[in-house]
Amino acid sequence: MATVVSRPAKRRIVGTPSSWLVWGVVAFFLVNLAGVVGSVLVSSFGTRWFGTWLPEGFTGSWYASAWQEFGLFDVVWVTLQVSLLVVLISVLIGVPASYVLARRDFPGKKIVYFAFLLPILMPPITYGIPLATVLYKYGFAGNASGVVLANLVPSVPFVILTMTPFIEQINPSIESAARMCGAGVRAMFLRVLGPLLVPGILAAAILVLVRTVGMFELTFLTAGPDSQTLVVSLYYAMSAAGIRAQQSVDAMAVIYTSTMLVLLVVALRYVNPTQLVARVKETPAP
Amino acid sequence: MSLTVERTDPTPTGPRDPGLSHRLAERGIDRTLLLLLPAVLFVALLFVYPFGYGLQLSFAPAEGGPLASYAAFFSDPYQRNTIWITLGLALPAALLNVLASVPIAYKMRGRFRGKRLLTIVLVVPITLGTVLTAQGLLNFLGPAGWFNKAVVGLGLADAPVQLVNNYWGVFFSLVITGFPFAFLLILSYLSGIDPTLEQAAATLGADWTQRFRRITLPLLAPGLATTFCLAFVLAFSVFPSAVLVGNPAGETRVLALAAYQAAYEQYDYSLASAIAMVMGAVELLVIAVVLLWRSRLYAGSTGGKG
Repeated sequence: MATVVSRPAKRRIVGTPSSWLVWGVVAFFLVNLAGVVGSVLVSSFGTRWFGTWLPEGFTGSWYASAWQEFGLFDVVWVTLQVSLLVVLISVLIGVPASYVLARRDFPGKKIVYFAFLLPILMPPITYGIPLATVLYKYGFAGNASGVVLANLVPSVPFVILTMTPFIEQINPSIESAARMCGAGVRAMFLRVLGPLLVPGILAAAILVLVRTVGMFELTFLTAGPDSQTLVVSLYYAMSAAGIRAQQSVDAMAVIYTSTMLVLLVVALRYVNPTQLVARVKETPAP
Repeated sequence: MSLTVERTDPTPTGPRDPGLSHRLAERGIDRTLLLLLPAVLFVALLFVYPFGYGLQLSFAPAEGGPLASYAAFFSDPYQRNTIWITLGLALPAALLNVLASVPIAYKMRGRFRGKRLLTIVLVVPITLGTVLTAQGLLNFLGPAGWFNKAVVGLGLADAPVQLVNNYWGVFFSLVITGFPFAFLLILSYLSGIDPTLEQAAATLGADWTQRFRRITLPLLAPGLATTFCLAFVLAFSVFPSAVLVGNPAGETRVLALAAYQAAYEQYDYSLASAIAMVMGAVELLVIAVVLLWRSRLYAGSTGGKG
């Protein structure tokens, strides 16, 4: 029952029973996943589909009707604006903070760190409902600014928690050397630290982008009729099923997924896939 | 939250008072800390303040004493049971996601051809999001969907199996969206364990069960705990799929849905805040238990490439 790992010298084509079991489970998962995605994809191109394996014919017209019916141009535009704003602001706020957290030791650091961890650990609905109430009170909710503010709540801590380890692994003596050579604080940040941080910032920004486009709860709670992002308007289209043809909802879902897929492929070019989820690799015990 | 601990820092760095600023700098308080200010202000304004506001609101119902909202929640079985419904969905789903990831990630350690492709394919569900997953599950597992066609065609069942609009629909959607997260985390923890440790054990005559139980598992356990926490957080806040593929009036009426209905259908913000607080408390309780258990485990280096 030796695993393949332990004996690299002896290559076996025939796997052990455990390998077969594991790959069988993976295959089963993937087949069902393909079924889930495929059924939406086929349905979005199908004409009439009742109880048969495949629809009677294929057409692309659902995409056109979905695009018009749901006003997708505006929705995509809002999604783009909101996500880019969230990315920009969370990087601007988060990166300086993670620099301090990575380099300095100060009283109360643990509490600050915990406060940054909490928005990520809490379910979005828990703080989303009070947050939406507060935002409505001050007139932010119901338009794009409220959506941006609400989405910043998990994004800023996310940037901080991904950037802090990244800054920690940059050798601090580089900064000291720059200071010794006469660089001022600003020159040190812009000319020395900045270029070194670019890969990390890029990774964090793309991850925030993916998460913001996919974030449902917070946008759902704070969006008004003309500030819905793609995922929220998809939800409304689905939960009001019956009014619209099933296929145009499917077409919209395909549009959403392809957007996310493009983002993910871009992200994977810059980011190690494990970073996509390793929001906090060492969650400190509170 | 006492975020204000270090907020007293804008140190008087005038030339007149070198003593104080010097002493503060020695304790790590100087002007660099100002870089932290926007983030702290941000968390205080947009997270701590709304949270405190919600907490206060939950103790200030429209009528009745300060605890009336909580009493209303806990005395009504229709509301109270949402806790068990949510836990009944989130705990098994998170557990399954974590436990299924371990053997798969174990087999995927090291290099082999197509590893990157396989990783990407396993990660794709992240892009689906809950809404498309729900739509896909309705199409695929529905009474006229491909899955039931195959099951009936193969003779495994006489009639289509009811798999959506009930507990299982939500459960499957949690597995599809949660598994990639758990898998990627476990993979990164497992590849952080030095493989030579296991090889050393193999030369000493340990078979694979012994190697797994005595070496890999103890080193992996803290990672398992963290992954479980994150997977649980993800599954616990289930909301769209509970409405779309579940049975939102009955067996999948989760906490998030109860809170949403209280706020936006009954306009009882006090009750909604109370439910939201209960939700947060239950979740943190589960996480605290897991982390407490984790803190008793080995917490040192795993000797790998990290």
